[in-house]
Order: sequence, then C-alpha cells, then structure tokens
Amino acid sequence: MKRLYFIVIGFVALLLASCEREQRRFQQGAPSTDTSQSHASMDEIYPGGARPPSNVANVYEENAYMVSEGKRLYEQYNCVGCHFHGGGGIGPPLMDADWIYGGEPQNIHDTIVEGRPNGMPSFRGKIPDQQVWEITAYVRSMSGLLRKDVAPGRSDDMSIKKPEESQKPEPPKK
Amino acid sequence: MQFLPSRISPAYWDFSARIPRKSSCLLFLCLYLCACNNSRSHVSEGQFPEKGGFQNNVYQGRIEPDDGQWVRPAKDYASTRFSSLDQINTGNAKDLKLAFTFSTGTERGLEAAPLVVNNTMYIVTPWPNVLYALDLTRPGAPLKWSFQPKPSASAKGVACCDWVNRGAAYAFGNIYYNTLDGYTLAINANTGQLVWKTRLADFTRGESITMAPLVVKDKVLVGNSGGEFGVRGWLTAVDAHSGKIAWRAYLTGPDKDVLIGPRFKPFYSQYKGKDLGVSSWPPDAWKIGGASMWGWISYDPELNLIYHGVANPGPWNSEVRPGDNLWSAGIFARDPDTGEAVWYYQTSPHDLYDYDGINENLLLDLPINGQMRKVLVRPERNGYMYVIDRQTGEVLSAKPFGFVNSSKGVDLKTGLLQYVEEKHPRLGGVVRDICPAAPGAKDWQPSAFSPRTGLIYVPHQNICMDVEETDANYIAGTPYVGENVRMLIGHGGFGGEMLAWDPVQQKAVWSIKDHFPIWSGALVTAGDVVFFGTLDGWFKAANARTGEVLWQFKTGSGIIGQPVTYKGPDGKQYVAILSGVGGWAGVVVSGGLDTRDESAALGFANASKELPKYTTKGGMLYVFAL
Ligand code: HEC
Repeated sequence: MKRLYFIVIGFVALLLASCEREQRRFQQGAPSTDTSQSHASMDEIYPGGARPPSNVANVYEENAYMVSEGKRLYEQYNCVGCHFHGGGGIGPPLMDADWIYGGEPQNIHDTIVEGRPNGMPSFRGKIPDQQVWEITAYVRSMSGLLRKDVAPGRSDDMSIKKPEESQKPEPPKK
Repeated sequence: MQFLPSRISPAYWDFSARIPRKSSCLLFLCLYLCACNNSRSHVSEGQFPEKGGFQNNVYQGRIEPDDGQWVRPAKDYASTRFSSLDQINTGNAKDLKLAFTFSTGTERGLEAAPLVVNNTMYIVTPWPNVLYALDLTRPGAPLKWSFQPKPSASAKGVACCDWVNRGAAYAFGNIYYNTLDGYTLAINANTGQLVWKTRLADFTRGESITMAPLVVKDKVLVGNSGGEFGVRGWLTAVDAHSGKIAWRAYLTGPDKDVLIGPRFKPFYSQYKGKDLGVSSWPPDAWKIGGASMWGWISYDPELNLIYHGVANPGPWNSEVRPGDNLWSAGIFARDPDTGEAVWYYQTSPHDLYDYDGINENLLLDLPINGQMRKVLVRPERNGYMYVIDRQTGEVLSAKPFGFVNSSKGVDLKTGLLQYVEEKHPRLGGVVRDICPAAPGAKDWQPSAFSPRTGLIYVPHQNICMDVEETDANYIAGTPYVGENVRMLIGHGGFGGEMLAWDPVQQKAVWSIKDHFPIWSGALVTAGDVVFFGTLDGWFKAANARTGEVLWQFKTGSGIIGQPVTYKGPDGKQYVAILSGVGGWAGVVVSGGLDTRDESAALGFANASKELPKYTTKGGMLYVFAL
C-alpha cells in the first residue's frame, strides 16, 4: 500500500514537472522587469561577511518552449555573430564555466541589458525584457546548467556542436 | 562523400597523424583514407599547382633604392618587401643570435611590421594601439617614448578577427597610424607628441580601422574594416600635414561617391555603365554591403596610380544580395591626388565565399609572352595568382597557387571567375569541402619578391570549409553575416605553407609546409634569405633558391607579424619580428575560444583547434643579428 502511495506521488510530481516544462506562456511578465533592483553581484568579497540574498531565479529555465524561443532569439538578435554557438569569437565563449561578469541568471540578464565595457553592446530598450530572460535561459543551457529535458535537443542547423541537452553541466566557477 | 560526416574526412586524420598510433590502426586509416579520397574526388576536382624546377630569372625591372631603413610595412611602393642588405646570407644565417627583445605588454595578435627610421624603431600594438619608440643607438634599444591614444574599449566588439593593427608609416617627420576605434593619427617621430588626429570611422556602426596607412605624396591613405558588420566600405585620403580629409572614395553606391568619372576605363565591359555600384545590388543593399578596404595599397609613381583591393560584400549569405555586388571583391587603380578611379577588375563577382579581396598587389615589370609588361601580381584569396596589366586592368594570367575546387579557373577573355555550381552555398543545406575556405588560399599576410631570384614568396594557408547559409539580420553595430561555417585543414593534411612562385613561368618552385596556416608576412633579402614565422612560434630563415630551412628560433608565442630587416647604427644587419599569436587564425588562443563549437570565430577556430596545445598568448619583439 505504502508503495502504491509513493508511486502515485511520484507520478503526480512527474506530471507537474512536465506541465511546467510544456507550459506555453502568452504575454506573461518576466521574472523581474526592474533591473534597478538588481541583486547581481560580480565579486566574491562581501565586506562584513555573508553573501547578500541571492539573485532572482529565472522560471523560464524550467520551460522548454521559453528556452527554445531563447535559442531562436539568440540567433535573430545576432548574439550568434559575436559568440557563435557558444565557442566565442569576438565575444568570449558562453559554453564553459568561466564568466567574467557572472553566470547567474541576473548577471546574464544584466550583461545583455547594460552591455559590458570591452565590446558587449547594450541591448537596453531594444529587446523586450521577457525575451531577455528567454535568451538568458538559453545562454545558461549552453554550459549545461538547465535540466536535460528543458534544454534544446537539436538544432535546425548543420551540426557544429553537441546539442545543449547533452552538454556536460559546467557550473559557473566561483 | 556527402553521406560521410566531415569528422572523418581525410583532412582530419592527416592532421592527427602527427600523434603516433599503433600500426594496425594506421593500416586501417590508410585504407580509410584511400576510400575517402576516391569518393571525394568526383565531388571536388580541385588540385594543387604543379611544381616546376627553379630557373633563375634575374629581374629586369627597377627596384627602389634601399637606404637600410624600413619606413613602411611593404618596404617600397611596389610592395616587394625586398631588402638589398646581404650581410646575413645563406652561408651564415645559421649563426643568427638574439640581439634584443622588448615586451609589448599585450595579449592579442601582433600583425604589425616594426618600422626603422633615423635609428629609432617604432612598434604599434593591437588595441590599445600603443606606439613605442625604441632607441637603436643605445645598448639593448631602450624605450625612447611611448604614445597612448586610449582608443575606446567598446571598439573591440566590432573587430571581426582579433584586435589587430598592421602597422604604421613614416613620412615628413611623422609616424602615421590608425586606431581600432577609427582615428588616424600623426605623431611627431622625434618627440612622440600628437600632431593631429582625425576621426574617419564610426565604430558604433561597426566600422573599425586595422590597416597600416600608406603615405603617397602629401596624402595619408586609409580604409575601413567591417565587412562582417554591414558597413559601407571606403578609402580616404587625409592631408598629411593638416589631417583634413582630401577625398573619400566609397566602394559601393553611385558613381559620384565611388569617384568614377570620365577617367574610368575598365578593361572588361561588365564594369562599364552608370552607377553599377547601385544597380548590381538589390535596392539599398549597397548601403550595408561591406566592400571595405582594410588591406594593402601599392603605388606606381611613374603612372601616378595607386592600386588597392576591395573586401567582400556583406552579408556572407549571398542569396540575399543577387547581382555582381560592385565594387566589392576586386581591384581599383586610382589617381592618388584626386581619388578618381582609372580601372577596376572584380576577382570574385557576386562573392560566394568571403573571398575578401584586399591582398597585396606587387608592382613588377615582367616579360609576359616575350614582351616586357608593367604588371600587378596579386596572390588572391580565391586561390589564383593574377598577373594583370597595371596600365589597363587586363588579366594576363591567373593560375591557381593553392588547392581550389570552388571554381574551375578564370576566363581570360571576360576576366570572369568560373564558379563550380555544386559548391554554391545555400539556405537550408550544408555544402561541404569548399576549397579554399573563407580566409582564401591567402589572406592579409603579405608576400615578398626578390629581384635576384625572380620569385615571389607567398605565405598562405591550405584550409577548406563546410557552409550553411542562415538568416542575416542587419542590426547596426552587430555582425551581418548569415552563415554557419566550419573550417578544416585542407587536402594533403597540412594547414599552410611558404610557397616560392615563379611569376614568369607561372609555376610553384618550392614550398615549406606547416601543420598550421602561415599567418605571418614574408621578407626576402639580397643575401637570398627568406624570413617568416609560424603560428606555433618558430621564426625561420630559408634559402630563397631552394627552400632549405637554414635557421630557426622558437619565440615565446605564435608569429603572425611581418618580418623586417635594417642596418643598425653599428653598420650591422638586423632582422626584427613581433611574436604574439592571434588574428583570425590564432584568436582561438588569444581569445581563449572553446573549440567544442566548430563554428567559433567564423569557423576558423576549428581549423586551428590544435593550436592551444602549442602556444600561448603574449606580445614580444625579437631582433636578431649575426
Ligand atoms: C558585437 C559583438 C557582440 C554581440 C552582438 C553580442 N555580444 Fe555578448 N559579448 C561581446 C563581447 C566583446 C563581450 C566581452 C565583454 C567584456 O569582456 O567586457 C561579451 C560578453 C557577453 C557575456 C558575458 C560573458 C561573461 O563571461 O561574463 C554574455 C553573457 C553575452 N555577451 C551574451 C550575449 C548575448 C545573449 C547577446 C545577444 C543578445 C550578445 N552577447 C551579443 C560581444 C558581443
């Protein structure tokens, strides 16, 4: 009896999880649209001790559709022209564990919106915030930081790298 | 071959064959290679040029007198990179020793040629484009002064292929050079003080400047980079004394902008007509059509003509820009005083492959079919060694000097490149094994010519590519390319070579192969020694007649610079080279790229993916003497 109970619970949990994965959101607010309240920190020293409350979680990272949208937008906004498919070129690689400006969702979001001094353009006012979060989720899938069943499994392009879902997770170096 | 994933293409295996394997494995590989090669041959009918024996053609033309200095990267206006110094020769080159070094304090690719004027050496670094002056009269050549232009850091975002700078030019007591963020500067060569500074390019729209200027009479000639950013190309003449713009010739658009007028007399009929720089493009596409000018300019004082190449049209995705895309991917002859165009020839009509035609043009007087002709010799990106009448723009010959399968040849009647249909890149499909790849059979790295041997020394690469066209979106300040590219080491399994070419016999004479592209320039001297460097850091001296390597020195980083030689204040001959890996071929190291993505750096990272095992970044000047 107890076993059945666990199975049911497990099944429901799975179902719920996949619901989130498959959810189509229309015109939904982004996880955070107010970057002035940004909690993105880029250093490991916190004067006086403990790390301040962490960054916002990007709920889009749970949603396969949002991530695939992020992948499409990454190409359409020409991120691909500077970073290619994560290996870098003009800009640094995005598929590894090294982050100059932090690899947390809030960091990446801010990188896209604010730009960075050594040639990363500022897309402020050019990309709707919801799309920035979708792109952010996709960027993190490149280094294997998303669940396998959410990360893109294939490209519609010639195969130039392993799909994001088979990318070995490389947590940001801290 | 099409059904085989490129991962197991012969080129790969040849490359990795440097690593010892078990012999059974090798046997299997051999079998495999044969099979691959067979199936490959009917897809790509390219071949390497034949090698003929060496016949000494002592040069009949004139070479500019040499004062033992080095005042511009190409040495003379004819762009020979030939020095009459002969203290270092084939007999004693083996005794070359390090004389002094100097750290540039940079981590990106060093493509510049050091200059030597009045016993001072001048070095330009990649961004932040510092100009160093070294005092050659004192032991160890200590720093005399340095000039820091402080270019914008943002400009690094629009530098397609590392933050390089190809050097400076000396004239009128000034050093002239360009900054990545779009300025041309005149610096007093004695004091290091700024004389003037003129903004020519707008980096916020994707323009940058990486070329070395050429000073002709009282004009400083400068062009823009940014063919991968949808810029509109131009060549500009700035007054050497005041810094004021004298003329600007756009390289797309209406005739009045291109400075095409009554003096324009192209040899071939396809370049005749009104405003072809507009009508050979879809509406308005010429405004963002690339055709920049970031390479070399030569000058013939007798004809009073300058010769410059024009870069690729943009975007790379060629389906969105039907037409010949004039005046991209070709060569212009112009009057340096007014900028007026005199003739034009298009090396790659409606360029399909980024055959970005800014390569050097060597101005030589050669016997062609028994008759002395004033010619321009150009080892082209598209793989052909063009010999062109430099008075008229008529192509006299165009033989492949590397492996070519993207075209069948050049029709000498029409001047047209004969593309191979099955190698046309397209949307929604991958076209494999296109040779040469986007950097061409030869990129920016300049050749040298020796009047003693009559040979041209061509440093170049041997790489092919797989290509798929994608949507290209024009967003100002971001790349406008529209193509996924993966490059591979080419047929024959070597990445590059130093090739000696006989422009009269139109034949290869000898070559020194290397596992990586040769991305450094060449220098040849009256001692019959050819100098060049390799991507993994070897600086080499070879016998100009035989190709025998006489001496080599392992520098601290990969070499992509331009070697020069000069007579020091002590009367001794010195040879100088900047070492510091980078550029398109080496950005995999200088930019720390991740080669799991085979499209990194426009696909070049894949062809150089072994390079990080051989070298690290860092800039240093090396100077050698006997
Ligand atoms: C014009 C070239 C260019 C474009 C277009 C571009 N980037 Fe960048 N990007 C750069 C450069 C250069 C840097 C490095 C900036 C620095 O070091 O200050 C960078 C940095 C980044 C970083 C920070 C990496 C780290 O290690 O912290 C991220 C994330 C990033 N870009 C994502 C994107 C996304 C997403 C897009 C598209 C919306 C994009 N970039 C478009 C050039 C570009």
